[in-house]
Amino acid sequence: MNKILLIIQREYLVRVRNKTFILSTILTPLLFAGLITTVTIISVKNIDHEKIAVIDHTGTMEGNIENTKALSFEFPKGVDSTNYIAKGYSALLYTPGGGNNGYKLISKKQLGMVAESQLEDKINETLENQLLKSKYNVDVKDLEAERKRIGSAKIDQTYQEGSEVKRGNSGLAYGIGYGSGFLIYITLLIYGMMVMRGVTEEKTNRIAEVIISSVKPFQLMIGKIIGIGAVGLTQFLIWIILLVGLTSAATALLPHETLQQAQESTQQMPGGGSMSAASGAANGFADFTNTLSQANWFLIIGCFLFYFLFGYLFYASLFAAVGSTVNEDAQDAQSLQLPITMPIIVSIIIMMNAITNPSGSLATWASLIPFCSPIVMMARIPFGVPGTVPYWQLLLSMTLLVGGFLFTTWVSAKIYRTGILMYGKKATWKEMLKWAFRSN
Amino acid sequence: MHLLQLKNLKKYYATQKAVDDISFSIEQGSIFGLLGPNGAGKTTLLRMITGIFYPDEGEIIFNDKRFDPLNDTLFIGYMPEERGLYKKMKIGEQALYLARLKGLTKSEAMEKIKYWFTRLGMESWWNKKVEDLSKGMSQKLQFVATVLHEPKLIILDEPFSGLDPVNANLIKDEIFELARRGSTIIFSTHRMEQVEEICDHIVLINQGKKILDGTVQGIKQQFKENLFRVQLSNELTDVRSEAFEVVNQNANQLTVKINEGRTSNDVLKYFINENASIEAFNEVLPSLNEVFIRQVEGTRTTRQFQKVTV
Repeated sequence: MNKILLIIQREYLVRVRNKTFILSTILTPLLFAGLITTVTIISVKNIDHEKIAVIDHTGTMEGNIENTKALSFEFPKGVDSTNYIAKGYSALLYTPGGGNNGYKLISKKQLGMVAESQLEDKINETLENQLLKSKYNVDVKDLEAERKRIGSAKIDQTYQEGSEVKRGNSGLAYGIGYGSGFLIYITLLIYGMMVMRGVTEEKTNRIAEVIISSVKPFQLMIGKIIGIGAVGLTQFLIWIILLVGLTSAATALLPHETLQQAQESTQQMPGGGSMSAASGAANGFADFTNTLSQANWFLIIGCFLFYFLFGYLFYASLFAAVGSTVNEDAQDAQSLQLPITMPIIVSIIIMMNAITNPSGSLATWASLIPFCSPIVMMARIPFGVPGTVPYWQLLLSMTLLVGGFLFTTWVSAKIYRTGILMYGKKATWKEMLKWAFRSN
Repeated sequence: MHLLQLKNLKKYYATQKAVDDISFSIEQGSIFGLLGPNGAGKTTLLRMITGIFYPDEGEIIFNDKRFDPLNDTLFIGYMPEERGLYKKMKIGEQALYLARLKGLTKSEAMEKIKYWFTRLGMESWWNKKVEDLSKGMSQKLQFVATVLHEPKLIILDEPFSGLDPVNANLIKDEIFELARRGSTIIFSTHRMEQVEEICDHIVLINQGKKILDGTVQGIKQQFKENLFRVQLSNELTDVRSEAFEVVNQNANQLTVKINEGRTSNDVLKYFINENASIEAFNEVLPSLNEVFIRQVEGTRTTRQFQKVTV
């Protein structure tokens, strides 16, 4: 036991004191925050302002059309298509009067998409208002005031949970589920690979033989896995602190409007990838600030830690086994690790589905199978326990995961023991299975 | 007293009988040479002694008790042929880590490391990383890590490869010193001149079997061919006698092989009768290198794969 502690300590300290670790731990959230802020600022500030001269024969526009951020309308006299640029306008708009066709815009350059859609909106709005006024005698200002008084409809979602009636918020659940599922996915891959590289390094350095003459192979393997897991937890802790700090700083510094725009723009980005995780997180955070009390944080954080830890342990020992069979050739590592990374990638795909349909049969089954339960179950839990995830499912999933972890560790330890001292040839899957299931 | 006894050890792999029924014993405090050509089964044998592998059959008696890999490995220091160190770790921390894995406390380990680092002139290395060291330097570090916990049994697999003559001598002296203080040393190599110089007792294995076992002198005697070297003060032509045959003549130096039933006195008598004045007369014993080659030569030089049925 004492020796395992020594190994854990070494694995932990060597990695935590590494400059790359310190840099990546501090820089990643900064980079994320910086990226989000830059995208936000660019998307907000980078709108060209167009000054448009309107030649309005009907007189419906003047005084009725509103300026926007991107556009301002003026009705100067004596401006035509030959001199509008000289007079300081970027475009010239002809309004034909009556109907929606026949509008002409003359400009030196193509208008941006935002400006064009705003221009259309504004024209429509003006015509609509005019119609309301002339045909039904409704004043737009009154209408606005009435709208404000009524307010927009809000759905107050409640559901029965045991004897309690709880208020639901599927947006929040979606954000948390997405965020934690994705975090576990990234963790499994990053730290699993780290375990594998560590084992391979020990083997190719030939230090394994020296160490194994002092400790049992199992002690070396489990020490490495726990040490690296602790590195992972440390990194998460620092990230969470930094992220919370930075987000609250950002909320304080950036105007509310900008944040909302940022959210809208990140949500529109194409799916997969880290950006949608960021959007999930941002989404979650926005809701989080509003409806903090609605989520069962103890349960969610507890489950997150459980699934993070056991998911990591489940896969790390498999990665260690693969690492032990690899020789100097990096190509071998690639092909051998594929069968282990595949289930992780499949899990994230199932997770995407589970998040939109948390009670579906795919989500339910996948959240029970240890290969994908860490990722998929974490996507379901925020939707409610025992509402969406009954207790028996949660318990079964946890039991199966712990059992799976014990099994993979047992199998891996046997492969590892043989693999770590085998030099020269690449092990085949058939051989590895033989090592795993022989009696001694 | 025997520190280590191997009894009928066997270890079969899928396609090889790596170690096939080997027994020998090693005296406490002796320097023992384990010799054999490439692929003879030396490494497998050493791994069984260090507790890395379990033998398929047979038993190992360590310190008069059945070998217990879990606890007895603390009394063993093993330096494998392929050197292994953590490249990114600082030298001092690495030595400390390896010593503590052997069960030393931190303060004990520090004390021992200081002693050895001073002794081998490595004091300034503490904060350097292994990747900054030359091959010879990391070899020295590995040696220190092997003997740091004062093991009863020290196993050195090719300890001098990569060392310059000065450092090789330094390590050699340390090996003698360790043996003098009671450690038993197993020394595995193919370099026969080192074996002759260092070892008391040797075992030669080939193709998983023991083919020679004895003291260095005993084995030389066993393989002697009754060759004698005679040095005369002046050249003698046409040397011919019933007592011996001339194997080689180089001016006034002759190598003769004594015939069956005759003795060295017969040789001397002949030269005295010839009135030649003899300056030197000594027996020529075969070098271990010759014995090694002769013993191994008859067999295939590289091991063939075979079907093993257990």
